[in-house]
Amino acid sequence: MSRYAAPGTEGALMAYQTRYDHWIGGSYVAPKQGGYFENPTPVTGQPFTEIARGTADDVERAIDAAHDAAPGWGRTPPAERAQVLNAVAQRMEEHLEALAVAESWENGKPVRETLAADIPLAIDHFRYFAGVIRAQEGSLSQLDEDTVAYHFHEPLGVVGQIIPWNFPILMAVWKLAPALAAGNAVVLKPAEQTPASVHYWMSLIADLLPPGVVNIVNGFGAEAGKPLASNPRVAKVAFTGETTTGRLIMQYASENLKPVTLELGGKSPNIFFEDVSDDGDDFYDKALEGFTMFALNQGEVCTCPSRALIQRTHYRSFLDAGIARTEAIVQGHPLDTGTMVGAQASNDQLEKILSYLDIGRQEGARVLTGGARAELGGELEGGYYVRPTILEGGNQMRVFQEEIFGPVVSVTGFTDFDDAMTIANDTLYGLGAGVWTRNGTLAYRAGRAIQAGRVWTNCFHAYPAHAAFGGYKQSGIGRETHKMMLEHYQQTKNLLVSYSPKKLGLF
Amino acid sequence: MASRPAGPVERVALTPEAAELVRALTVKHGPLMFHQSGGCCDGSSPMCYGRGEFRTGDADVLLGELAVDGVAEPVPFWMSASQFAYWSHTHLTVDVVEGRGGGFSLEAPEGVRFLIRSRLLEE
Repeated sequence: MSRYAAPGTEGALMAYQTRYDHWIGGSYVAPKQGGYFENPTPVTGQPFTEIARGTADDVERAIDAAHDAAPGWGRTPPAERAQVLNAVAQRMEEHLEALAVAESWENGKPVRETLAADIPLAIDHFRYFAGVIRAQEGSLSQLDEDTVAYHFHEPLGVVGQIIPWNFPILMAVWKLAPALAAGNAVVLKPAEQTPASVHYWMSLIADLLPPGVVNIVNGFGAEAGKPLASNPRVAKVAFTGETTTGRLIMQYASENLKPVTLELGGKSPNIFFEDVSDDGDDFYDKALEGFTMFALNQGEVCTCPSRALIQRTHYRSFLDAGIARTEAIVQGHPLDTGTMVGAQASNDQLEKILSYLDIGRQEGARVLTGGARAELGGELEGGYYVRPTILEGGNQMRVFQEEIFGPVVSVTGFTDFDDAMTIANDTLYGLGAGVWTRNGTLAYRAGRAIQAGRVWTNCFHAYPAHAAFGGYKQSGIGRETHKMMLEHYQQTKNLLVSYSPKKLGLF
Repeated sequence: MASRPAGPVERVALTPEAAELVRALTVKHGPLMFHQSGGCCDGSSPMCYGRGEFRTGDADVLLGELAVDGVAEPVPFWMSASQFAYWSHTHLTVDVVEGRGGGFSLEAPEGVRFLIRSRLLEE
């Protein structure tokens, strides 16, 4: 195990600036009202940079810059836009380790995840959309011998994107790559909990983008998010977050008659049928890893497998093995390459998780392991750490129904297929699910019966580009990480053309 | 009109610290409302808006109207009816903790965050 030096210290791969303004029109612009806020690292709780506190004036300025840039960028040939996206990917690859360290320090997540997942996935995402924009075709419909309907894809113009704090760079890229590929200019607001790492990313790639094509306005939701989401000069808003803000953004969009895409979370069931335990082979080992995936990214994943449903016939033995696997998790300094679970992203997130452990106990859930804040001592004393926790209870408990967004899994048993599907679908959400079985027919039937946009089958937490990701029910609208997202950033232009010289004869 | 759960039972309350924050935010922003969020990131926490900023409707229930000393009108606390179906057996207390951000909720710029603490309702 080795540890990366903290950003800005001796031997570090990268350093954050002491202050970040708004990135508007290809340069840094101070906030009109002059305010800044401190940005702490969840690793220690100590501030490491300060961030411009954006307001409506700053948002307007960024939208101006985006409108200046949008027509030119939208006319750029797809091959050229693809080349820019590929160049961004290449630059990121050259700085992969530095980006991984920056992201770990910003969010508190372990560097082994940012090295293996966040940053490589972000790089590939740019390459994927560089590819699909070149391959995308319009269509034509021959209506009769002399009449043709042509369908062209056109960019929307200027779009607004509001980014969550759980994967600050990757979630920004999930939204930026399709928007840019489709020829839009973007005004992006990072989460106020994690505003800095996207600026470090921009410092690496800014020379590759025409000024104004990507603008970053920092700030709080009420002060900077609302003026962006409600702005009539923004053609579309994309948001990842929670349901009340999702509704508010739809409300603003309805006032302007603008489209939105929303990803609002879930309470994903992870279902283990009895035949998983038929053998103690590699597959069994993989299924136990799949159970333990609730702790990935400290549970701060919209598709966290936070409800484990285990068939009664192997319930005790599988759960005991799951507890052992969970207790083997290494928790510690996020910049240690051996650390599997790092810090929660903010203090209020830590407090919320602890409040759920409390109501879970009151409702009668049994704590099988964990169940408390992790006191790691030393320089991590002020950081936000929670012990990976397994609760056992019933699906009507609030810890089975609400997204705790921490390293917490709620476990219950089921008797048969129908019982499993009933429990799995008894939730407001439908973003992700996991199905584990050696029986292909059972896996297929379960996958089709579960009301969720993504059903991982004998795997979990894979997020490749070219597999659609998005929610059923209250989990949102739209599908990311797939070429179908392009059309969420495009208008359809129909040219209806007559090649006949003959009049209709009506007038 | 949106419904209100039957019965005289108190379903939601404020800690003294949360009441103090409501007072301060009212001075700054005018009359307030809460809507309880669900889902990811900043979900499962109450969102505080200027009264009427968030449109409630038939899909919402009014859990209570919170009286705060020094604030002229009580502060309504709403939740979506579908979420209430899973929460109805618990009493909610709005508390406040140090924090950084949370959707479009008004308190975030103050460096604090409203938080729900829950207990089982007694029959």
